[in-house]
Formats: sequence, C-alpha cells, structure tokens
Amino acid sequence: MVTELSCCLTPLVVITYNPRQLKLKTTMLKQLQELKLKALQELESIRDFKQLESWRIQYLGKKSSLTTMLRRLASLPLAERKTAGARANQVKADLEDSLRQKEQALREVQLATHVKAETIDITLPGRPAPTGRLHPITQTLNEICDIFAAMGFQVVEGPDVEWDYYNFEALNIPEEHPARDTMSTCWVETDSGERPMLLRTHTTSVSARTIERTTPPIRVVAPGKVYRYEASDATHVPMFHQVDGQVVDKGITMADLKGTLYEFARRFFGEERPVRFRCDYFPFVEPGVEMAIGCLVCDGQGCRLCGHSGWIEILGAGMTHPRVLQLGGIDPEIYSGFAFGIGIERLPMLRYGIDDIRLFYGSDLRFLRQF
Amino acid sequence: MKVPLKWLKEYIDVTLPPAELADRLTMAGIEAKGMQAIGGRWANVVVGRITAVNPHPNADRLHLPTVDVGTEQLTVVCGAPNLSVGDKIAFAFVGAELIDGHTGQRARLKTARIRGVASSGMVCSEKELGISDSHEGIMVLPPEAPVGTPLADYLGDTIFDLDVTPNRPDCLSVIGIAREVAALTGQSLRFPEVSYAETEPGIDRQISVEIADPDLCPRYCATLITGTRIAESPPWLQQRLLAGGLRPINNIVDVTNYVMLELGQPLHAFDYEKINGKKIIVRRATGGEILTSLDGVERTLSGNMLVIADAERAVAIAGVMGGANSEVTGETTSILLEAANFNPASIHYTGRHLALPSEACMRFERGIRPELTVPAIKRATRLMLKVGGGQAARGVADVYPGRQDHRPIRLQTDKVKRFLGAEFRPDQIAGTLSALGFDCKPAAPATEFMVTAPYWRNDISQAVDLIEEVARIIGYDKIPTTMLSQSLPPQNPDPVIGLKRKIRDRLVGYGFQEVITYSLTGLEMLNKLKPRTRVVEPMPIRLFNPMTAEQEYLRPNLRPNLLTALAANRRHEDGGIRLFELDKIYLRRRKDLPEEPEVLCGLMSGARNEPSWQGDGGGLDFFDVKGVVEGLLGQLSVEAGFAPGDDESLHPVKQAVIVVGGRRLGVIGELHPEVAGAFDITGTAYLFEIDVAALLPFTIEHKMFQPIPRFPDTVRDIALIVDAGVSHQQITDIIRGFPLVHRVAIFDVYSGGQVPPGKKSLAYRVTYQSPAHTLTDEEVNKVQQKILGRLARQLGATLRA
Ligand SMILES: [Zn+2]
Repeated sequence: MVTELSCCLTPLVVITYNPRQLKLKTTMLKQLQELKLKALQELESIRDFKQLESWRIQYLGKKSSLTTMLRRLASLPLAERKTAGARANQVKADLEDSLRQKEQALREVQLATHVKAETIDITLPGRPAPTGRLHPITQTLNEICDIFAAMGFQVVEGPDVEWDYYNFEALNIPEEHPARDTMSTCWVETDSGERPMLLRTHTTSVSARTIERTTPPIRVVAPGKVYRYEASDATHVPMFHQVDGQVVDKGITMADLKGTLYEFARRFFGEERPVRFRCDYFPFVEPGVEMAIGCLVCDGQGCRLCGHSGWIEILGAGMTHPRVLQLGGIDPEIYSGFAFGIGIERLPMLRYGIDDIRLFYGSDLRFLRQF
Repeated sequence: MKVPLKWLKEYIDVTLPPAELADRLTMAGIEAKGMQAIGGRWANVVVGRITAVNPHPNADRLHLPTVDVGTEQLTVVCGAPNLSVGDKIAFAFVGAELIDGHTGQRARLKTARIRGVASSGMVCSEKELGISDSHEGIMVLPPEAPVGTPLADYLGDTIFDLDVTPNRPDCLSVIGIAREVAALTGQSLRFPEVSYAETEPGIDRQISVEIADPDLCPRYCATLITGTRIAESPPWLQQRLLAGGLRPINNIVDVTNYVMLELGQPLHAFDYEKINGKKIIVRRATGGEILTSLDGVERTLSGNMLVIADAERAVAIAGVMGGANSEVTGETTSILLEAANFNPASIHYTGRHLALPSEACMRFERGIRPELTVPAIKRATRLMLKVGGGQAARGVADVYPGRQDHRPIRLQTDKVKRFLGAEFRPDQIAGTLSALGFDCKPAAPATEFMVTAPYWRNDISQAVDLIEEVARIIGYDKIPTTMLSQSLPPQNPDPVIGLKRKIRDRLVGYGFQEVITYSLTGLEMLNKLKPRTRVVEPMPIRLFNPMTAEQEYLRPNLRPNLLTALAANRRHEDGGIRLFELDKIYLRRRKDLPEEPEVLCGLMSGARNEPSWQGDGGGLDFFDVKGVVEGLLGQLSVEAGFAPGDDESLHPVKQAVIVVGGRRLGVIGELHPEVAGAFDITGTAYLFEIDVAALLPFTIEHKMFQPIPRFPDTVRDIALIVDAGVSHQQITDIIRGFPLVHRVAIFDVYSGGQVPPGKKSLAYRVTYQSPAHTLTDEEVNKVQQKILGRLARQLGATLRA
C-alpha cells in the first residue's frame, strides 16, 4: 500500500501507467536491493551514536537516496508503482528496524560502560546506624508482661523498700517463721521505734498490696527487682528480678492456675516443651505448686544443668492462701485466687546458655550487645 | 534429709524401683534432689571369712590369707596389716570391678602372680569398694555378716537425698517418709517396736519435772536408765547414722540421734548423777546466765532463751544444745533421757542468736507435735537397753501443760471441686486422706466429712490444707487445665510504666545501650561526684546489714554506677559509648518508706559515630547530648527549655538545667573533669538526667491538628553581627514574635576573621508564610525590616555586610 508510507516521506503522487517506464522500474528494484545491503553493512560497523546519526541521515533522511527513489516512484505507471512502492517501503521499514535495534544495542553498551565505571565494593561495611539494645532482663520482663497482658493481666509496680508487713506478715510469714530463713533479708536502717523496713525479697509484696487495696476481680502481674542478703557468685547475686502474678475472683480453681501457666510456658518456651506441675510449699499459697519444664539441654535425659532430673524449675505458684486473702480484707469463702512468682534471670540464662548470673549486672558492652 | 532405702524398708514394703519412688515423692512435694546407689558395681564381691593367715614365702610384708567364700576356700596374696582369722571380710573374685587403691581408677580384677605366688581374688579395702577413702587396711564386716552372700545384697543400698519443705517437719524422719510412701503406694506401715522391760522404783520417785514457762515448753518427758555401759555403737547403728549424715559418738548419744532420724523427735541424754537435787526445771534463762555448751563454748544467754535446769543451775539450752556440766561421758552409768516439745519461734530465736544450727534445732523450729515425745522416748529407751544394757525405771515422767488436740475439720467434697476444678469422688477423697493417717468420719450431708489430722501432722488447720493433701497424693497431673473464664477486670494501666517503656525504646533507637546496675552503692563512690564539697547531702539510706562497703547505701542517684560502667567499658572500647539506665533512686522520707522516683540517666562519650572507613564524625560535644534530650522530649510532646545550671558534678559552664513547665526536671552537661578523673574516665563524657515520673503530666498534652499550608512560603536568610554575649535564644525569641514568621532556623555561627573582636556572626533562615494568601515581596520586606529594627534596638544587632 504505497499510500500508507510513513509520514516522514513525501506523499506519493498517483500517476498513470506508462509502458516505457518498465525499465526504470527494474533498475529501481535493483538499486533498492543494493541500497539496503550497503546500508546494513555500514550499520554493522557503527560504534557510537554520532556515527549512527550520520547513517540515519544518509539512508533515511529527507535527502537520502531512498527518499529520492520513493519520490521517483511517481513516474511509474500505477501497476508498477504498486509493486515498486511496496518494495521501497519494505526496505525503508527494514532499515528503520535495524536502526532501532542498533540504537538499543549501542545504548546497552553505553550503559554497561557507565555502570562498570560506577562499580563499588559491596563488601565494605555500611555507614553505621545508631544501634542500642535493651538490657536482656528488660527484654525478658517485657516479653513476660506482654504474654500475661494478652491474658488480661494488668502490670503493676510497688516499692523496692518495703515494710516487713507486706513482704512477710501479710503473706502468712510471721516473725520467726522458718520460711524467713530461706529468704535472707537486707534490712534498711530506720530510726528507733519505726516499723521494720527491708528490701523486698520477692515482688509478692506487690500482690499483697494489690489484694489489700483492690476489690476483686484482680488479675495483675508485678515485675521488679528483689534483694537477698547473699554474696555474689556464678549463680547468686544480691539483686535480681521477679514477676509475681495474682488472680482473685469468684470460682478461680487450680485448673485455671494450670491453664494460665501452661499458656505462659507454651508462649515463652514453645509448643513442644514439656511442662510439669508438682507439689511444693510456699507459706502464702495452699496447695503449693512448682512448675518445671523439660530440660533444654538434655531434653529430659538428665544432665548437669537439670541436676540429672530432666526437669528445670521455672516458677513457684499455688492457690492463694485463705489467710492472705483475709489479711487483705477479702472473704476467702466467696473468693479464691492463685499466685505465681517467676525468677527472671534464669530464663535468659537458659535460653542463651549464660553460665554466670553476674554478667547481667556487670554492664559489659561485650555481653550486653549480644542480645 | 538422707533416707536409705533399706532403712525405709523396715517400715514399709517398697515394690517400686528406686527411681520411680523418687519421682513419686518429688511429685507429691518431697523433692528427691539426688539418689546414690551404694554397691551398684559390686558384682563378683561376696562376704567371706578368713580361716587362716600364712606368711608369704618371698616377702615379709605380704601374707597369704585363706578365705571361706561359702562354696570353696581360696588363698590369695594380701599386703594389709589387719588380717585376723575369723574376721568377716569382702572378697572379690577375678572379674570384679574395683577401684585401684593407688591410682583411684576403676579396673577389672585379673589373676596375678605376686612375688612368685599366684593370687586369684582379693580381700578388699573400703577404698577399693568405693565406700570411703580408707585404704590402710581391709574392711572388716560385722560378725553376723552371712558368708557367701553377695556384698551388694548385704551392704548395698540406695540413699535418697530428699528436700523436705519447711511445713513438713514430720517428714524429717524415716518413718515420715515411709508414711508418705504408704499413702502413695497403698502399702501399710509397720511402726517400730517401743516396748521394754521396766523395773521399780518408778521414774516419778527418782526425778521431778517442773515446767516453769509452759508457753515455751508444751511438754516434757523423761525416762531413766541405770547400770548402762557407755561404749562404741554396734556397726549397724553407726552405719545408719553415717548414711543419715551424722557422726557416731557413743552408744547412748547415737541412740538419741538414731531415734531423731527414725521418728523425727530430738532427744537429749543427761548423766543422771550430775543432775543436782534430782530435779528438772524448764525455765527462761536469767539475763546474762552463762552456760558452757557441749562444744566447750561459754554461752551468755538472754532472758528470752529457754534452759533446762536442775535444782542449782542450767544444764542445757533447751532444744539447741546440752551443757558440758551434765554431759554423758565414758564414766556415766545412769542416763536421764529427755524428749520434750519446745516453742518453735523460741528455738528459732535461740538457735539464730547463738549461731547454733543443728538437726534438733531445725526440727523444733519447724514445729513438731508434742504427741511425738512418748513414742520416741520409749523407742530410744528400748534401744539404749539393747546397746548399753542396764535397767529402765518404770514409767515416763510426763509433764504436758500445752496439750492441744487436733480439732476435726469439716470438708465439703464439692468445695474440693470448686477449689481444684477437678471432680473427685467422696470415697476417693476419704480413701486418700485415710491412707495418710487422717481420721475421716462421714458427716451430714453425705458429701461432707469431719476430718481429724493424725497426731504427727502440724500443718493442717483448715479445709484447704486437706484439699492439698488430696490433690498432691492423687497427683497434680489429674487436675485438668482450663483458661480463666471470668470476665476481664477493668484495666487501669499505670502511665509511668508505659512512659518508661517508651523512653527506653526511643533511647535504644538513638544508639544507647541500656544497663541495669545494683540499687546499692558506696559512700566513697557518691563522694566522688562532689569535687568541691566531698559530702553527700542529704545522707543516703543505709542498710542495717550491708554486705560490703560498695553496697552499703541505697543509691540517691544513678550516676556512680553508670560512670563506673563507662570507665570499665572504655578499657576495651575505643569508639563512642552511649549508656543509659532508667530506674529507681531512693530518697529518705520521715517516718515512711523512702520516695522511689524513676530517673533516667544517660552517658555519652567518645566519637559521635562508630568508627568506620568513612570516619567517625569527630568527638561528641555538649550539643550531641542536648540533641538527644531535645529529640526524646520532642517525641514525648514535652516542651522544654534550657537554663544555666549549677550541678557540682558537671562542667561549670557546659551544663544546663532542663526546664519543663517552669520546673527543673533534669540536667545535661559535660562531666566535671575532676569527676571524670575520680572515676578513671579517659576523655570527657556528657551526661543527662531526667526525672521521669515528674515528666509525666507534661507528656499528656492535648494536641490539635495543624492544617497543611495551602500557599507557598517565602524564605529569607539574615546574617547578623551581635555582641558575643547575646544568645541565640534572645534572637529567635524576637524573630518569632512577629506575624507571618513561620519558622526560624540557625544555620551558621561564626566568630573571628572579618567579624570584629568581641562580636559573633549568626545566620538565620526565616520562613514566612500566610494561611490566607501567597505573600508578596513587599509584605515580607516590611516584616523583615521591622524584625531587623527590633534586633538592632534591643540587641544592637547589625546586618553582616
Ligand atoms: Zn538436663
């Protein structure tokens, strides 16, 4: 379709057939063929965009021989003009196509050269962004409080320096109770005649305060520091952390205690970790419970870490002692509850295989940066 | 509490393998911390009897004993000096696994030729059998040892190491553990024999007992044995004591200890001849009364300690230790035996104040029952007659002013369900309690019982105590697992807890490492913070019983521990260090618990950025620490100003107080060089400190949305020359006071060069904007002229050429 030649070409003039122009047509077809071969040959050797532009002007420009030839088609008779025109347009389209391909090829080469010049050593370290970390104990406390918060527990805090009453008396541990011996206490100097003051030996003191000031339902966890009069070694420090929990409501059962603590163990230690509840004694609960998990090192086979028992004690718990509820002004005939206390340091020690508890409080960046 | 399985088997048939028994006890509340098998590796070792001892033909020091092993007579070579014909010994056949006496290595016994004589077997020392380290001679067995019996059958045992909780003093005895095993396994218990032949005259005619202070001594029992012979205890008794962790002394003292381990009742033996006036008085010590105790130490007693006295003097510290003046010695022939019950708190007090913890003391202070005295004293009297001979006076002197029988407790079986969340049948509940020795009488209605605790239990006073018994014996694993089903309690979270978490997270984002340090510190450390005054004011709160001088006081600020941490880390860190701690400090309050404000303290020191191949950004300075605080407070929506500060620990001029809402809520600044020096900090450090709880009210600001400007802004730069003393704040306060000024930012501070001395140049970028229209140049010029005019008038500012 001659009339459909692209717009860059001069529109063809429709002329009538003339048999004398037959020879002209043959010559033209031959010329077109030669032109095409020559153009493609030259294109092959082109190496940059400047040469390419000259090539375009030479072969496809307004003054190119192809354009001229196309113009000359006008002198051919209609029938001839059709075939010759189609041929000429074909050659033009082929050349344009080749031009585009060449252009693309040159662009790729150019880009490759460019990019190569921009090569960097990607193994060099990045510009450091500021990185600090939460202390592993803070991380663990956050994790535990979040697990219990998801079960409707509210986080509460209380004083580190506590009256003897909330740390002991209110928890069913009167003066001269043998349980006091197992919690060597740091006493705080007071003026004579003042009530005895101490550094709390457990955050159960916060539970005692909560029971005293809250009308049930109660569902709280109390994270915080606790203190013991104990010399430091790899397994003892005079200050450590605890999360104490307390639930009081109508109809709370030991099955609820087990369910809640199972859920904690499942989320903290994973689905597969076996959990065991056994009888234990704490003055502020009855029945008393100890929860242990299957040893992380030997998976229950028995090793040094678990004292060859296959179990590692994680927390103490139990049904809140009626006396504790009574002292806090709650009627144990109407309400029941459970309590638990989790020692914190042990958990990251187990999780990361830390063998010296003092590392937590040595503030050594080489340790703290690992978490 | 160490309990040998063989001893336990005297009172109960144990059918469970030891490991399973340990597990059952553990689950029921008596934790088996350890289990030691004795003789587990004594294959091919039997009891033998030496029938002849001949000299070795080629060696003076070696002998050739012939041993009867039941089936044959064997002659071996032996170097031990204590071979004597007729002795029972442990004989090892070839193939037995023994410990080499010299190397300590375990090895299998082979046939050997020693100095030309063949030897197939061995007479063993205790060390070779792994019983003790004794290797001086062979182990001689009791004469009753049956020849030919495997040694493991005769001497082997399993020792349980049990952790008895403080509420179960009744389990500090072999019989107590046997009772637990009985309840757990359904076996029945055999109580040891307590009867003995009694002779006239009766005890009451030979001793009188008076309890002067019955509040501290609910019961006192005594028996009398005359004509006894003090000697070494028979081997079986010694072995039992050793297995229980007690040292054998003599037959009489050993029996008191034996019965204590067996039944849980401590006993004391007096030399009857040394009791003046044949009178026992249980009374409080007179203040300052002196008694030399059995260990030879002179003890000064106080008025709230209880003593056992005779007509003239104290003869024992009740329940804690006997007196030297009435001690049983080798010459003793008459024994006055005591089994008494004392007030637990009193014993606890006395034991603690005299620093005399003992097995007896531990049992008394945990509260054993007064009913125990009679069976225990009878059992001990019987055993003393057996091992020491003599006659026992008829009867038991028994003064019992503190009788308190167990009252029945009503147990509703539906309460068991309400409490445990598990349904147990009434017969299951009654059966479990009965197996533990409780008396369970059906009551009306049929779902209730009247339950009376057995005489040995001291830990049962209400229904929940019974419920625990049921739960632990049936097993906690039989209780189902449920999630809390009650409606959620209302939540009123403490905003300070949330604020602390926010601040910690933000600082971590700024590259700060959180540290947690001890709440306790030392005065010396605190003094280092005061380069001028060297005095900590007010005095921090002191512990009554500090462990060390470094942990003597409750910290009144977070600084010393944090500065110590910085100095310690600097020894191995050469880059920038950023540390913070957010925790309580402790401030004294009159007649109340201390105030415990939550304080944030941070330190930064060294290079601005971590050292990198692109440099470290230079050293940190005052404006880094200020930027951190501004960023943090900005994030918390707290508007803060900064004013010159006067903190003694900080650089006199490179410090500021943080002012929020007109209150001074913190400080920032460079560490005072002397403080840095005192804490061994190389280089300088910058500190910030903020009272977190006081910040709280300012963080709950009600924010209003600001529309995004619809019209373009106009930006103008102004470079000013002012006196060096003029502050940035003064200039921006003036500029910000004008309308259309949207933003003012300083972008250059310069002095020297073309700036005249005593002056400085400050360059500001002022952004003008109107919410209503696009500003024209004329409008902006007019405002800017006014600004420059006021800056010139009020601060003498000129435009920089
Ligand atoms: Zn293990």
